[in-house]
Amino acid sequence: MLTLLFDGIAYGMLLFVLALGLAVTMGLMNFINLAHGAFAMAGGYILILLMQRAGWPFLACLPAAFVITAAAGALLERTIYRPMYGKPHLDQVLFSIGLTFMAVASVDFFIGSSPQNVQLPDWLRQRFEFGSGPWMLGMGAYRLFIIATCLALALGLQAVLSRTRFGSRLRAAVDDPRVAAGLGIPVNRIFLLTFAVGSGLAGLGGALGADILGLDPTFPLKFMVYFLIVCAVGGTSSITGPLTAALLLGIADVMGKYYLPKLGAFIVYVLMIAILLWRPQGLFSREGKR
Amino acid sequence: MRRQLKSPAGAAGSAGAADPGALLLAPSRWRLWELALWAAIWAVPVFFGQHAALVNEIAILALFALSLDLILGYAGIVSLGHAAFFGVGAYGAALFAKHVMPDPLVGLAVGTSLSALLGLITSPMIVRGTDLTRLMVTMGVALVLLELANKFDGLTGGADGLQGVVMSPLVIPFIGRFEFDLGARVASFYSLAVLFIAFLLLRRVVHSPLGISMQALRDNRLRLMAIGLSVQGRLVAVYTLAAGLAGAAGALLVQTTGFASLDVFEFHRSADVLLALVIGGAGWLWGGLVGAIAFKVLHDVISSFTAQYWTFWIGLFLVLLMLVGRERLFRPWSWFKRGQR
Repeated sequence: MLTLLFDGIAYGMLLFVLALGLAVTMGLMNFINLAHGAFAMAGGYILILLMQRAGWPFLACLPAAFVITAAAGALLERTIYRPMYGKPHLDQVLFSIGLTFMAVASVDFFIGSSPQNVQLPDWLRQRFEFGSGPWMLGMGAYRLFIIATCLALALGLQAVLSRTRFGSRLRAAVDDPRVAAGLGIPVNRIFLLTFAVGSGLAGLGGALGADILGLDPTFPLKFMVYFLIVCAVGGTSSITGPLTAALLLGIADVMGKYYLPKLGAFIVYVLMIAILLWRPQGLFSREGKR
Repeated sequence: MRRQLKSPAGAAGSAGAADPGALLLAPSRWRLWELALWAAIWAVPVFFGQHAALVNEIAILALFALSLDLILGYAGIVSLGHAAFFGVGAYGAALFAKHVMPDPLVGLAVGTSLSALLGLITSPMIVRGTDLTRLMVTMGVALVLLELANKFDGLTGGADGLQGVVMSPLVIPFIGRFEFDLGARVASFYSLAVLFIAFLLLRRVVHSPLGISMQALRDNRLRLMAIGLSVQGRLVAVYTLAAGLAGAAGALLVQTTGFASLDVFEFHRSADVLLALVIGGAGWLWGGLVGAIAFKVLHDVISSFTAQYWTFWIGLFLVLLMLVGRERLFRPWSWFKRGQR
């Protein structure tokens, strides 16, 4: 029971890091980026390739996954994403679905369609157990590692957003890009940077989750729904919203799969629809925005 | 991308204060090229019987795209889960044929009305919220149905699909009875006929006051409310109608292939039809037809030289289409003109 809860939290944390970039893009540029999963997949494959082909240690691969996907995100933002900001939502959706299709097919072509395995270092394969009976808590070291990393990331991001100059500029740009630009804030550069960080986070999440979520070329399509659920349910105006939504989704999914194996996904979707009908703007959004 | 209501500037400007009714009715007249195109479409299965199966597929996709066009192109509702209705129509028709009676026309009616009913039930979900909420809710409905169909495998066959859907011959009063054959000739005529009737129906609908107010709603919802028209009522009516048509497409698929599987609810089906519609252009009735033809032909051509990676090319095509814009991509001569848009 507690073990399940723990696994759910780890899963939710992972989803949070994966979806955070999407939430930021969506809230910030009002851009529905379905290709977000492709960045996550890229992160996962970078980890695998670096570890298997180049023999890098696991811990060194994580920052590498972040940096490379962030760079790729920045490049794509500057070249092809920016013209799409002003377009209708449908165009953005189709555009990013197209990108996702391309990413899926390319990975399939260059690396192959078989699922990839991560060779975790030994110190992450341990398992701690406390208590006994129904209240036994078993914690895998890897999941503990994920929770710690993601928690640190969330706290760090929250601090950056609320305490630094960049954070206040970003929030200003989200609230009203035109006025922000009028005040001399370089909105475009902030967008670029944020998009890059968001993609990097997705890459990091993909790398971290390659072991738990499984990694194969259809990854972006399989998990796109989950990312979107996190963003739609959590709202896109804060970090707490997506965090709570991701945790809820992670726990509900793990529990559902364990107790009602056939109805697990069903419950998640029905819950999502119900929440969206109740609060179309997301659970934690500020009222009256847009 | 969407066609706006034709502005009366050209005609009315010269003729002074023309009758607005006449202006709105003008696009509802049949053009010569439309008649010619329909004649050409009907001629294909007559003269190229060996491609009847492809014609059948295209007709079904076109009907599906037509129904999406109604809600997306005309009413402006974004949907990533249109396969929900397709699937309900498909399973409805399949189960009806298997357990109640195998008559195709009755089965078609059953599939259509079932999915229309689902559309009516789910329509309150799409009148609220933003584009993102709508995307999620429509996609969620399709996913829920997929899970349900998977769960109740006693009824639907689950992941194995529902096999052995045998249709009785098609009996049309005063015309005759036709056996469904292996070469899909009868099937192709049947699907084309349904598509044609749906096209006529929609043509009537979109030029009716309901259709015109729908386009007004898409372009400016606030103003429509200010005029005093019921936005919700219109959305519900349109969504139900579109759902019914999508269900008809699903029913046709099952009846002509004799097989229903979970595939009918899958996300890629919603994505494919969206793609077909976008290629053809949303917001005019021919968009669905042209898009379906283009999509299937594109699929066939690309898969013939790279079967596994055809999604790459379709993705590239989509990205280019969206970046460059429909109008400019299909009208290369406008690349050199300045000052447009």
